[in-house]
Amino acid sequence: MADTINTRMKHLRSRTPQNVTAGLAPDQQSVDLEPLAEPLASEAAGKRGFSRRSFLSGLGAAGVLAGAAPLAAAAPVIEPALQDQAEAGGTGNVTLRINGKEYTLRGLDPRATLLDTLRERIHLTGTKKGCDHGQCGACTVHVNGRRVNSCLSFAVMHEGDEITTIEGIGQPGNLHAMQAAFVEHDGYQCGYCTSGQIMSAVALLKEPIGPSDEEIKSAMAGNICRCGAYTNIVAAVRQVRSKA
Amino acid sequence: METFSYVKAPSVDKALASASQGKFIAGGTTLVDLMKLSVETPKALVDINLLPLDKIEKLPEGGLRIGAMVRNSDLAWNADVQKSYAVLSEALLSGASPQLRNMATTGGNLLQRTRCAYFREPSAGTSGGYGCNKRTPGTGCAALEGFNRTHAILGTSEHCIATHPSDMCVAMAALEATIHVEGPKGKRTIAFADFHKLPGDTPNIENALEAGELITYVDLPKPVEGARSNYLKLRDRASYEFALSSAAVVARVEGGHIRYIRVAMGGVGTKPWRSHEAEAALMGKPANAASFKAAAEAALAKAKPQKDNAFKVELAKRCLVRSLKTATA
Repeated sequence: MADTINTRMKHLRSRTPQNVTAGLAPDQQSVDLEPLAEPLASEAAGKRGFSRRSFLSGLGAAGVLAGAAPLAAAAPVIEPALQDQAEAGGTGNVTLRINGKEYTLRGLDPRATLLDTLRERIHLTGTKKGCDHGQCGACTVHVNGRRVNSCLSFAVMHEGDEITTIEGIGQPGNLHAMQAAFVEHDGYQCGYCTSGQIMSAVALLKEPIGPSDEEIKSAMAGNICRCGAYTNIVAAVRQVRSKA
Repeated sequence: METFSYVKAPSVDKALASASQGKFIAGGTTLVDLMKLSVETPKALVDINLLPLDKIEKLPEGGLRIGAMVRNSDLAWNADVQKSYAVLSEALLSGASPQLRNMATTGGNLLQRTRCAYFREPSAGTSGGYGCNKRTPGTGCAALEGFNRTHAILGTSEHCIATHPSDMCVAMAALEATIHVEGPKGKRTIAFADFHKLPGDTPNIENALEAGELITYVDLPKPVEGARSNYLKLRDRASYEFALSSAAVVARVEGGHIRYIRVAMGGVGTKPWRSHEAEAALMGKPANAASFKAAAEAALAKAKPQKDNAFKVELAKRCLVRSLKTATA
């Protein structure tokens, strides 16, 4: 688990030697590992007291603590670093408007991407981290109604924007037509890319693209599906477009 | 990722005043990617997303003024661009993905950096890392002896063979755009051909921008009466991939002869590659296969392939011939 976190978060780590030896960079503490002060009701009131995610996260944190001494050693450097950022014009409180609701984030590190902030601070984990470099589309969300890669944007840049994630598109029992069409046409296998696929598919309904399957494929090219559910994805998109 | 301070500039003046602190960030599609790879390590970011440079306006003399903050998708779908500068719309839509095109800006695309895998390696240009003269001058070029299938065959030097990745820039080279910048010393314009620099002995210097300068607009000249244009992009897969070779052609044919011609190529050059050689070979000639073939030979006459990319010479020739054929059909 320590390896997994090291690998997944490697871009967040400073490459300067003194910080490498100090362990995790400050933003990993503040952005990726520390929850919001007030957890979302759905997370806090899980049916059996904890969710699959919180259970696995707990295992992960325990694993890191047991296996990696530098984490504890890193603690003393965190506060001065954050203080420096604030003095250098870094962010204090940032308010993001997501799915119609405002979230005020205290001490948001400017390095936190919109993707990491959605997942790790606000716990809207429907948006997925795939490549983290704008190449796979798993992190697709809407900003002011347009689809973007949330991994290639810093969260601090989005104050005042209207952000929509898969959680804002539809909910169980009240699915968006595109979500329902993906279910009907089996537009996924493992499901990891699905939220990004659906966010792209919903956005393209408003884009000036032609009616053919070729044009649907081209418009969906920014979303990679390793299971290869493309044929069924195109069928789902085609169906919703024909009814729109 | 190295930490940085962040400021959001509400106006061009404020952005310029903050410029000395670091880099401007617009769409972030290149910059954030490269910051994650430690290729870019700005101490400060000046967010220019609030700047009022997001308009596309007709100029009095018939040209088009594109604000630096106009997103690639908005530029590609603009009615005037589609009607009068189709090659630009086609080039933009052939690049990246819809999500990236919604983020990427006109000014940012001009500054897009190479996809050379050695350049993108986090430790390149440092001791123990791959040599990269673009990252750290004097450290060598790992691509010369390494895997260089996607690298440039035109405009290379013994210090750098990195391909310029942009599609938009290839179309703008053929359209002879003008770039407007504003900086500490005031405003100035840069002809498109002078904006991007050949690597030569200084591959770390990629363009004509001076410290603290901000791209504000790109002007396209009045559309050439009676001309047609075409952008053809060849790549390893049909979408979401960088060019192995591309061609932007603007041509006017009268009485079967070529009376106006502009040719630029992508995927093969160290900068967006305007081919004056191809244009000279075509001007006044009949618009037929023999002329196109002669132009392609002229365009690639100085090509210098590396061990893995000799195929690009023939591919680029065929790409240009096909694009000329389409634009003059």
